[in-house]
Amino acid sequence: MTFANTIIQGILLGGLYALYAAGLSLIFGVMRLVNLAHGDFIVLGAYFLLSLTLTFGMPPQYAMLVAMPFMFAIGWALQRVVLNRTLKNDLLVPLLVTFGLQIIIQNALLQFYSADSRRLSVGAFETTSVNIAGINIGWMPLLTLIMAVVVISVLSYLFYNTSLGRKLRATSDSTVYVQIMGVNPHKIFAIAMGIAFVVMTVAAFFMGVRSNFDPSVGPARLLYAFEAVVIGGLGSLWGTLAGGVILGVSQAIGGTIHPEWQVLAGHLVFLVIILVRPRGLFPKQ
Amino acid sequence: MTRILETSGLEVFYGDFQALFGIDVHIDQGETVAIIGANGAGKSSFLAALSGLAGSKPGQILLDGKPVGGTAPYDMVKLGIALVPEGRKLFPSLTVEENLLLGRNGMSVDRGWDLESIYNMFPILRERRNQMSMTLSGGQQQMVAIGRGLMSNPRVLLCDEISLGLSPAVVHDVYVAIDEIKRRETTVLIVEQDLSAALRAADRIYCFMEGRVSLEGKPDELTKEAIQNAYFGV
Repeated sequence: MTFANTIIQGILLGGLYALYAAGLSLIFGVMRLVNLAHGDFIVLGAYFLLSLTLTFGMPPQYAMLVAMPFMFAIGWALQRVVLNRTLKNDLLVPLLVTFGLQIIIQNALLQFYSADSRRLSVGAFETTSVNIAGINIGWMPLLTLIMAVVVISVLSYLFYNTSLGRKLRATSDSTVYVQIMGVNPHKIFAIAMGIAFVVMTVAAFFMGVRSNFDPSVGPARLLYAFEAVVIGGLGSLWGTLAGGVILGVSQAIGGTIHPEWQVLAGHLVFLVIILVRPRGLFPKQ
Repeated sequence: MTRILETSGLEVFYGDFQALFGIDVHIDQGETVAIIGANGAGKSSFLAALSGLAGSKPGQILLDGKPVGGTAPYDMVKLGIALVPEGRKLFPSLTVEENLLLGRNGMSVDRGWDLESIYNMFPILRERRNQMSMTLSGGQQQMVAIGRGLMSNPRVLLCDEISLGLSPAVVHDVYVAIDEIKRRETTVLIVEQDLSAALRAADRIYCFMEGRVSLEGKPDELTKEAIQNAYFGV
């Protein structure tokens, strides 16, 4: 029973990692951009939700809905004004620019919010759970996993069943020849980044409710997101969900062996997978 | 006939390398024009410039007498200039039908080309509509590329090396489709190394050699020797 409990708690934790990773996977899949500031943008989103709850007194879940269009606009503008200029043939330029953004965001958050740990509160729901066959399943972790599945499903529907999805996939195939189809790839990239920022807002909500956050926690979120994307296979959305779950289960098993092994076990599994399957378990063909 | 597309002293550069040296070409409404020439003559660079993929100065390309040189490819197709690129360049992530529907994105005026008319012209594509585009044979991929170009309902369809790598029977089928496109009064500009196919399909031809026009005329007015001279420079 203990082992089953460990696996289930790991799967639930994987839902959170999949939420961290979904936006990163989307961006990498469409424009081959590794956004080193991804985790910091999630933290920025969490502070945005915190400000909305403190200023207007609205519950974090409503703040998340209010923040989504603003976050879309921030992502869209970031891509149009900054990142599109970095997407030439040199992979190093976007890496350096997003690394710079990481430093700017962390310092700006320190300036405005201080280094104190913060948390979003949704009341008693955070700690309620249901007992199924002797295993306690927290409603919040369960909701996180369900939301990860919903987010990946919506993104998959968008990708494979809409006109925008056709343009996103075609742009991913060729930024040159999609132009003779009347598609401006820079506009498509901006829309993709806007969507990724909406996904980051969802991730920010669940991160803020399930754990304390401060301006310095972004890089660790990036690391988990990056590992989930690579384990699942670059550019594969459902692979990213699987990657998050594998990472979560690995950490849960590691944690039961020894508390200090929790994070280490995730990294070890990541290393083994990239050694055995460098393109991940379910790479985009 | 109404002049639709014209180049005036068109030059194309790739960095320091100059591919075209002052090209003057015109295409009238409803005409089929072929550009012939040996490898490296500048034919594909010419189409790249017309479609916006290669840079040019505004006054060097005129559409209905208005300067459009240097316009971005995604705006050029909306002005009515569609390109069927060399090597087809289908999108591997998309099915046959999705490739065709993507072409619709470049449409600004409906001139009657839609999925139904493309499927009527290439019935095999209707059967393969849900297949991933890269699983088709070369000839079928060429049909998708032509159909995708037509889906934008262009005023001028630019076809780059549409017979390249195809068997003679498939080349025949492709040129039967070009005849059908001509009948529907779409202006066609073909770049072709297959001389006999080009001479059969075109109302007029231009021969390019080393980035310059070496010959111009109607196929039935040009002698074999003149074409050979212009083609090979002998």
